[in-house]
Amino acid sequence: LSRDRIDEETWEDFEDTLITADLGVGPTTELVDNLRTRFRVEGVADPAQAREILRSELLALVDPTMDRTIHADRGDTPAVVMVVGVNGTGKTTTVGKLARVLVAEDKEVLLGAADTFRAAAADQLETWGGRVGVPTVRGAEGADPASVAFEAVKVGIEGEVDVVLIDTAGRLHTKTGLMDELGKVKRVIERQAPVSEVLLVLDATTGQNGLTQARIFREVVDVTGIVLTKLDGSAKGGIVVQVQRELGVPVKLVGLGEGVDDLAPFDAEVFVDALLEVA
Amino acid sequence: MFDTLQDRLAATFKNLRGKGRITEADIDETAREIRRALLEADVNLAVVKEFVAAVKERARSTELHAALNPAQQIVKIVNDELVSILGGETRTVRFAKRPPTVIMLAGLQGAGKTTLAGKLALWLKGQGHSPLLVAADLQRPNAVNQLQIVGQRAGVHVFAPEPGNGVGNPIEVAKNSIAEAERRLYDVVIVDTAGRLGIDAELMQQAADIRDAVRPDEVLFVVDAMIGQDAVNTANAFAEGVGFDGVVLTKLDGDARGGAALSIARVTGKPIMFASSGEGQKDFDVFHPDRMASRILGM
Ligand SMILES: Nc1nc2c(ncn2[C@@H]2O[C@H](COP(=O)(O)OP(=O)(O)OP(=O)(O)O)[C@@H](O)[C@H]2O)c(=O)[nH]1
Ligand SMILES: Nc1nc2c(ncn2[C@@H]2O[C@H](COP(=O)(O)OP(=O)(O)OP(=O)(O)O)[C@@H](O)[C@H]2O)c(=O)[nH]1
Ligand SMILES: [K+]
Ligand SMILES: [Mg+2]
Ligand SMILES: [Mg+2]
Repeated sequence: LSRDRIDEETWEDFEDTLITADLGVGPTTELVDNLRTRFRVEGVADPAQAREILRSELLALVDPTMDRTIHADRGDTPAVVMVVGVNGTGKTTTVGKLARVLVAEDKEVLLGAADTFRAAAADQLETWGGRVGVPTVRGAEGADPASVAFEAVKVGIEGEVDVVLIDTAGRLHTKTGLMDELGKVKRVIERQAPVSEVLLVLDATTGQNGLTQARIFREVVDVTGIVLTKLDGSAKGGIVVQVQRELGVPVKLVGLGEGVDDLAPFDAEVFVDALLEVA
Repeated sequence: MFDTLQDRLAATFKNLRGKGRITEADIDETAREIRRALLEADVNLAVVKEFVAAVKERARSTELHAALNPAQQIVKIVNDELVSILGGETRTVRFAKRPPTVIMLAGLQGAGKTTLAGKLALWLKGQGHSPLLVAADLQRPNAVNQLQIVGQRAGVHVFAPEPGNGVGNPIEVAKNSIAEAERRLYDVVIVDTAGRLGIDAELMQQAADIRDAVRPDEVLFVVDAMIGQDAVNTANAFAEGVGFDGVVLTKLDGDARGGAALSIARVTGKPIMFASSGEGQKDFDVFHPDRMASRILGM
């Protein structure tokens, strides 16, 4: 009698699960093809065992060994963390929540409202500052965002704070003028203090466009970490697997809601298990 | 970044020039390419499967000739199918027989609802209407101020009796806005609501309560064109939780292929009414199914 084999239906289930999680058709096909070869060579025939192997392959892809710490320790000058991304992903909210985390670590934190464009963006940031008990430096509506960022860092240096968090306006990576502006914000900050961390905020509901966003933001401001927001929804955020793999930029934090405490360190195992969980 | 479907199909058919007839294997190969192209455009997998099966059926029943550029023939079939799903029933706002016409906006966090409120107001004003914006997002920090600024820019009045940031009842605000509109003769009321997740039962109930309080002529589901596979779950959740009459796609000024448009149109059967393509108040247009089809196919 021939031994049991993993049937086509099981393979299709694997594939469907991964594609539905926004992993992407290319990476999914590659992963599943590799597994097919591996199973044939190793004689894996039990679907449960196959699933376990799939999980471990995915985990290896997500790479639990990457450095995911937030670099927010002051040196001669305050640590400066910039938060960037396309429109509406959760940047301002993340700044608020991250400030809360840093305050809990006994750090003195200052916010810089370098979104001078969107209606009430600075008010929104200031409200977050109030919630978590940290001050906000803001400029006039329509002011040059680089000069507001410069001012915030200057105030932070003078006040000897530990961390300055700079919120920036949402911008699509396709808008070269706005991307140039972002590059300038960073360069102007660096005249006074090195930027310790540039966090790109990606919305977990984003599909394949997330990779393009990450590529271009990295080119312009050298992204050092990803924040994956809105993971409390039904989306899985699978696009970050490609982002990490192609760009080598780790996901550092995840957003799990709209409340002050809804920010958590990225956990590769939790992420992979959620990815494989069929809705 | 990706080759166009046209190019890929051309490559698929390169070897059969002169053979005269397209075989079943050619059609299978073609179907795989179409599947891949649609998935790369973020069309939902279940919708892709159904769509590809339908195209395959049509390709079989159509006389495809190798000599007559089969790639082009198949792209045309695909394109026609896309347009027919995307444009089944295009329309814009249905105005109430007795004003005010009430439009309620609903969607995920950050989709572009508040911005859209301003765009709609300006657009309606341009057509001689006098719209009233209603600040019924009392949750997101400074959503009320944001709408006030948006209203100011559009030159329309904003009904904002509550400060928001957790203070005030959005259902009351929504209800009172209708009386305000009747009293002051605004003929269109646009209700901005807080962003909410499809799986948040409590907030979905709140949306349904706001709906019941204003009895909207149009509930518009506002969705970001960058959304991936989850578009279908979310659209279904809003369809069930609050119900909607039309869809607005936002952030089309980016380079996302926007496959969600196809998924949502197919799964909910609701028309996509408007396209938002920028942060300015004039970056707004009625939806064009043919343009969207080309965009999804990367053409
Ligand atoms: N459910 C959920 N909602 C979130 C999360 N993060 C942010 N939001 C919500 O998403 C919406 C947009 O968040 P913002 O912080 O304003 O996003 P932004 O990137 O600053 O937006 P722009 O500055 O306009 O580009 C708000 O309604 C937030 O409350 C999250 O992790 N989960
Ligand atoms: N590029 C671009 N940005 C847009 C478009 N529509 C909205 N935005 C931006 O997207 C971000 C979120 O828009 P909002 O109108 O605040 O979204 P919302 O759905 O009201 O968000 P919540 O109330 O937090 O749920 C802002 O930065 C807007 O300027 C669009 O069509 N193109
Ligand atoms: K999730
Ligand atoms: Mg913001
Ligand atoms: Mg809003």
